[in-house]
Amino acid sequence: MTKWLEGIGKDEDVVVSTRVRLARNMENYRFPDFMTIDESEGVVHRVLNAMKINDKDNLYRFYQIKDLSQLERNVFVEEHLISPSLAKSSKNGSFLLRDDEKATIMINEEDHIRIQVLLPGLNLEDGLKSSENIDNALEQNIEYAFHEQFGYLTSCPTNVGTGLRASVMVHLPCIAMTGHLNTVIEGLRKIGLTSRGIYGEGSKALGHLFQISNQTTLGEREEDIIKKLNKVIFQIVGRERSTRAYMLDKKRIQLEDKIFRSLGTLNYSRLISSAEAMTLLSNVKLGTDMGIIKNMNSKDIVKLMIEIQPASIQTNIKKDMSKEERDIYRAQLIRNNLVSLEG
Amino acid sequence: MFVLLCQVCEKNQATIHFTKIINGNVEERHLCDSCAKENNDLDFDLPFSFQKLFTGLIGSIPEGQDVIKNITCKCGLTYKKFMEIGKFGCAQCYETFKEDVDSLLQGIHGHNEHRGKVPSRNRSKILQKRAMETLRVELEEAVGKEDFERAAVLRDEIKKIKEKLDMIEG
Repeated sequence: MTKWLEGIGKDEDVVVSTRVRLARNMENYRFPDFMTIDESEGVVHRVLNAMKINDKDNLYRFYQIKDLSQLERNVFVEEHLISPSLAKSSKNGSFLLRDDEKATIMINEEDHIRIQVLLPGLNLEDGLKSSENIDNALEQNIEYAFHEQFGYLTSCPTNVGTGLRASVMVHLPCIAMTGHLNTVIEGLRKIGLTSRGIYGEGSKALGHLFQISNQTTLGEREEDIIKKLNKVIFQIVGRERSTRAYMLDKKRIQLEDKIFRSLGTLNYSRLISSAEAMTLLSNVKLGTDMGIIKNMNSKDIVKLMIEIQPASIQTNIKKDMSKEERDIYRAQLIRNNLVSLEG
Repeated sequence: MFVLLCQVCEKNQATIHFTKIINGNVEERHLCDSCAKENNDLDFDLPFSFQKLFTGLIGSIPEGQDVIKNITCKCGLTYKKFMEIGKFGCAQCYETFKEDVDSLLQGIHGHNEHRGKVPSRNRSKILQKRAMETLRVELEEAVGKEDFERAAVLRDEIKKIKEKLDMIEG
């Protein structure tokens, strides 16, 4: 689980992960929302054939949404390996997942092909490079829908051009605590960037985690989109760090109190919702990143944040559970994990 | 967490946020669900359809009017449906509805021309076209500055690229 988090990333005290996604469509096939089941099957075949030629080491595994239970689908979403809308796709929605889980090729989502690369920490350059490598490999055997003026054509006009959505997941507890989140979000919007909750469009911000991404995809080169996002993330990381330093200096006791109370609640609760757990784990993550909690690894907290999501909880136990059962099991899972993390 | 209040009733939390851009004038609106429903200027289907919102960006349609053009793309998408959902049915739609696509994309992205990656099969042609475009701008500048020597050089370069392009296009 959460294999993609493995490895060392840059600025991991604030940046959790980097995701780069390219949207592509094939010529001569209607876009997924408009195509027939037969056409969607054709798309799957074409992509699989194109990958078969390129994936000589057999690194990719193929999954079809219709073969997965609701629970299994949700786990892939909670682990950020596929998008929520692919999980709902009824027309041969499927995906190829690389064995290190850092790359997914989604088929028949909103577009025929969506290439996703997911990396720990801040790493937009490698994310772009990897996704373009996959793109280059696919285009040797697939004719993409491309327009000289508009670029790569997509089902939704908000993705046309580069088809590139680069997003960085940041953990901003101190900016949030000091009430400056609004300013940051407003500022982002003004310069053409956007911030969303951790599961993408329309999802709530849980555990002070935000995905910051480019809003427009047409008219700028991929490298320029990445460069701009990098600059802005650099600013936000700096701001979060200086706010942390300020709080350590001026409000140390209050901050320590909040962090250790959170740890205490997590250690002793017998019933906990995922929303409450996310907030408390966010505080504990902050504690480990600031060196206030010394014997834990921040990345283990991130993993725990993913494992306690409703569907992930149930696959651990391999059965459908009521909300209360989940809350009981979640509290237990967190207690066990924290004990082992604290050594 | 911050709470933004509805601009109409100033009581409930605003849950619908949108930006109206009309001829470059940007106006932000924040409304709660119930005020959004009662707001007559906005044809809201709740849950809020943001697709529908940006079809409002299409410039050729006078504000407040419904112009139904009688165009249907070969994929089956009609103009009316396109206006409703703000999504395309196939790659061809971009040509079928081109007149409106230009202003729609300009409204969403602030640009309507791709400058990024190009598939390898179109690469040489498009890169040549882009180079020609840059030279054309330079030529205009040179003529503006009455630097006719430079203009002559640029004109020859443009001609060369044009010949190459004609060859590629057959």
